[in-house]
Amino acid sequence: MFSILVAKAGSSKDNKTGSWRSVKRPKFLQKDCIGCGLCKLICPEACIEGEEKNTYRPDYDYCKGCGLCAYICPKKDIEMILETEEK
Amino acid sequence: MLSKHFSEHNFVSGHTACAGCGQALAARLVVDAAGKNTIATNATGCLEVFSTKAPQSSWNIPWIHSLFENSAAVGSGVESALRYLGKIDKVRVISQGGDGGTSDIGLQALSGMLERGHDVLYVCYDNEAYMNTGIQRSSLTPFSANTTTSPPGKVSTGNPKLKKPLVEICSAHHIPYSASASVGYPQDLQRKVKKALSIRGPKFLQIHCPCPLGWRYEPGLTLEIARLAVGSGLYPLIEYEYGKLTKVFKIPKPKPVEEYLKLQGRFRHIVNSQEEVAKIQKIADKNIDYYQLK
Repeated sequence: MFSILVAKAGSSKDNKTGSWRSVKRPKFLQKDCIGCGLCKLICPEACIEGEEKNTYRPDYDYCKGCGLCAYICPKKDIEMILETEEK
Repeated sequence: MLSKHFSEHNFVSGHTACAGCGQALAARLVVDAAGKNTIATNATGCLEVFSTKAPQSSWNIPWIHSLFENSAAVGSGVESALRYLGKIDKVRVISQGGDGGTSDIGLQALSGMLERGHDVLYVCYDNEAYMNTGIQRSSLTPFSANTTTSPPGKVSTGNPKLKKPLVEICSAHHIPYSASASVGYPQDLQRKVKKALSIRGPKFLQIHCPCPLGWRYEPGLTLEIARLAVGSGLYPLIEYEYGKLTKVFKIPKPKPVEEYLKLQGRFRHIVNSQEEVAKIQKIADKNIDYYQLK
């Protein structure tokens, strides 16, 4: 009876919100990264993973392309590129 | 593919917040800092709507949706039940609400929670209007902001009232901890959450969360705008303990408020009027003087 009222924890991952991106997506250059982890800390979508320097990358299945990671990166190692550009 | 690093978060991907949402960021920072042994209650508002699109949930911790006005009361009940079960030392309780759900509709439930002394951290996500229902002004909307219920025109320059001093109102209950934070300074925010949760008794935290849709700006500016609000003195980051101001976030060189205002569409009607900008600069100067932010 209550199955509809109680949702499974973390089940929103079924929503692939990456399709919301319209103009730009972040490109992680993985060149000058110092592994500070700020991009992972401030991603509103919680879709950036990585542990050491030059390993951080976003999950484009969820990334909405807001660009906050590119703003906060102290080494300018993340840039916003047009969605139409090649990966 | 999802690796184990994604599952570290207590608030996960797939929620339906707008791109660049300050509140989605703030909510994750709060529950990540709080850890797994946390129960969260949530008043009606943007956060509740975008994080729990039925039948899904973005929360990796126990979470309950209350009405608009009683998030604090539900949190009090959860805390009392934990106390009865003898689990209060192991599990922390966080009550959450938006600025409208906290400062207008839920103020009496919040005051009751603080007065009864429940061991709950109340988090107010302050995006400065009722964003979920369509940008109506709340008592935390700043002076002169354009909202759908305070439109500028021939006789009005937007919201005519000043922001309610909610941190002070909570602090006046002589609670152990009452503070403000901003998503522009995520480490400072998480430090405050951890500090609050290390204290027994009622705690209050107000978090400034820029809203791209309601404030009319490009999503990528969320952090810049949050930092300018703090850096200009319009949003002082302060900490009260037992009714006394104990710590402030210093801004040695305050920025002019114009830099903050000109980035946002909700202030577009006043940025070209020196007289109106001067009024807002006066509010910032008063904050800097009153809290000794310099």
